[in-house]
Amino acid sequence: MTDTLRDERAAPPETPPPASRPDRSDRPGRGGDRVVTAVSHGVLVIWSVLVAVPFAWALVASLKTSGEIFGSPWKLPEVLRWSNFSRAWDQGVGDYLVNSLVVVTGGVLLTMLLGSMIAYVLARYEFWGNRFVYYLFAAGMMFPVFLAIVPLFFVVQTLNMLSTYHGLIFVYTAYSLPFTVFFMTAFFRTLPTEIAEAAVLDGCSHTSVFFRVMLPMAKPGLLSVGIFNVLGQWNQFVLPSFLSPEKPVLAQGIATLLASQRYLGDWGSLFAALTIAMLPVVIVYLIFYRQIQAGLTSSSLK
Amino acid sequence: MKHGRVPFILGFLFPGLALYGVFVISPFVQAFHYSLTDWTGVAPEFGYVGLENFRQLWDDSLFRTALANNLLLLVIVPTLTVLLALFFAFLLNVGGGAQRAGVRGIRGNGFYKLMFFLPQVLSVPVIAVIWSVIMDTTPTGLLNSVLGWFGIGAVGWLADPNLALWCVMWVLIWGSVGFYLVLFNAALSSVPRDIFEAALIDGAGRLATFARVTVPLLWDTIQTSWVYLAILALDVYALVAVMTAGPGGPDNATQVISLQIAQNGFQFGAAGYASAMGVVLFAFTLLIAALMLRISRRERIEY
Repeated sequence: MTDTLRDERAAPPETPPPASRPDRSDRPGRGGDRVVTAVSHGVLVIWSVLVAVPFAWALVASLKTSGEIFGSPWKLPEVLRWSNFSRAWDQGVGDYLVNSLVVVTGGVLLTMLLGSMIAYVLARYEFWGNRFVYYLFAAGMMFPVFLAIVPLFFVVQTLNMLSTYHGLIFVYTAYSLPFTVFFMTAFFRTLPTEIAEAAVLDGCSHTSVFFRVMLPMAKPGLLSVGIFNVLGQWNQFVLPSFLSPEKPVLAQGIATLLASQRYLGDWGSLFAALTIAMLPVVIVYLIFYRQIQAGLTSSSLK
Repeated sequence: MKHGRVPFILGFLFPGLALYGVFVISPFVQAFHYSLTDWTGVAPEFGYVGLENFRQLWDDSLFRTALANNLLLLVIVPTLTVLLALFFAFLLNVGGGAQRAGVRGIRGNGFYKLMFFLPQVLSVPVIAVIWSVIMDTTPTGLLNSVLGWFGIGAVGWLADPNLALWCVMWVLIWGSVGFYLVLFNAALSSVPRDIFEAALIDGAGRLATFARVTVPLLWDTIQTSWVYLAILALDVYALVAVMTAGPGGPDNATQVISLQIAQNGFQFGAAGYASAMGVVLFAFTLLIAALMLRISRRERIEY
């Protein structure tokens, strides 16, 4: 019923030709629409500027001297100081970048593998304790990390995993599992069962049904939750700042650099480091922003 | 199909559950345990002190300051973020003309969402560093130079004990609004447009439609958002740790529970005491989630 109504609306007979602006009201007595629209645009543009200016300013500052950043904040640099970038790199940004790349790659792959394995079993198999395991993970989304951080430090220390890649990868994975399991369980439930059943009749084992049939079918879900995990782990700050003091990741390194520039005063290189940290994320965002927005917000709508 | 079912289920559950058990469940359980001890975190031995840690927390003026700041954040941040996000969602959807009050919205809808959401994808330290430099206290700092155009003198921002916490709140809100705008917008687009059209045909104005139709329809989402934002306000750490002097300064004006946990647990050798703070934090989180879901429970609207 609703669908037919929608279809009618898609091409009503009195629809104005496409050339006319879609936001113009044809109703009598609605002459204020243009004003409302203009005011709306005005307010929305102001907030857009409030969001954009700090980032744009940071990009420009990465090519300025410290004196220019603080002395003439609104002016463009006299000379483009590309050397800011090489100094930032020498101050450790290169290492931080490598650390982040290694940990996030490992963390996201492990999260996706283990998370979808658990989710698949929870979604498709009845067994004693199924609900218990599900709620154990669901509860993990509500816990404040700071309740666990002190004992967690000592757990990681006991395992000799402080400031190691595998330590961070394991911890990132463990803390990404709740949402991944929650999301993927819901996703696996929506997939049709017929194909898997046919594969079983053909003699496929449970394991190969999962890897050969179900995982490929779950690609859209894996993509959404994967993007979510990449961003979440790339931006992780609390966990590494306590668990990996000697192998800082990028987010942590940026904070350290700010602290050291308060003494060194080399602000140009700080903004160069920020730019190195920001640009990859912004580029990925501009390419995938629809998927990213849908992926990040779907968690709250479920 | 029966063959190998049990080993398969166990094999698929085990690796993830093991990691989750070791790095998530066990630290959480241990935190409750340590909160009853005088463990320093340095020496392996410890004694049980019952609820002594919690009694001390009650008298700890620094902890009370931190808790009060967290509670202020808890009230201000979710309220302003939700209101701003709703207001922008209203403009995006209604600004495009009364006919389209439902979901079509204003021109450039996609561009605004793209811009507003941007802070959400960047790490908190990046945002914190940018804002703390923008809020430079010299007259030629970026923000102060803007005030200068209007003839207003330089402001201390993060160095001013009366302003510092508000600066942190501004950055929290600034970074969160886009996310909730997109969230509300997504929730709105799942509402059939007939509902809005019916309201307009009945002669309801844009504002009335928004207040009487849109907000009630979004109520579930608003409620969830409030809980998420409340948890964000209770858990705030990175912004304060990076932006403020100390961190937590000036004069403990931006002291928060997470900073206190980190200091006691890792610097003052009071791991048991820090765990007790964690338990209090957890209790508040649960309480707020339960209260919000209870108080704001309304008849769910089915469509």
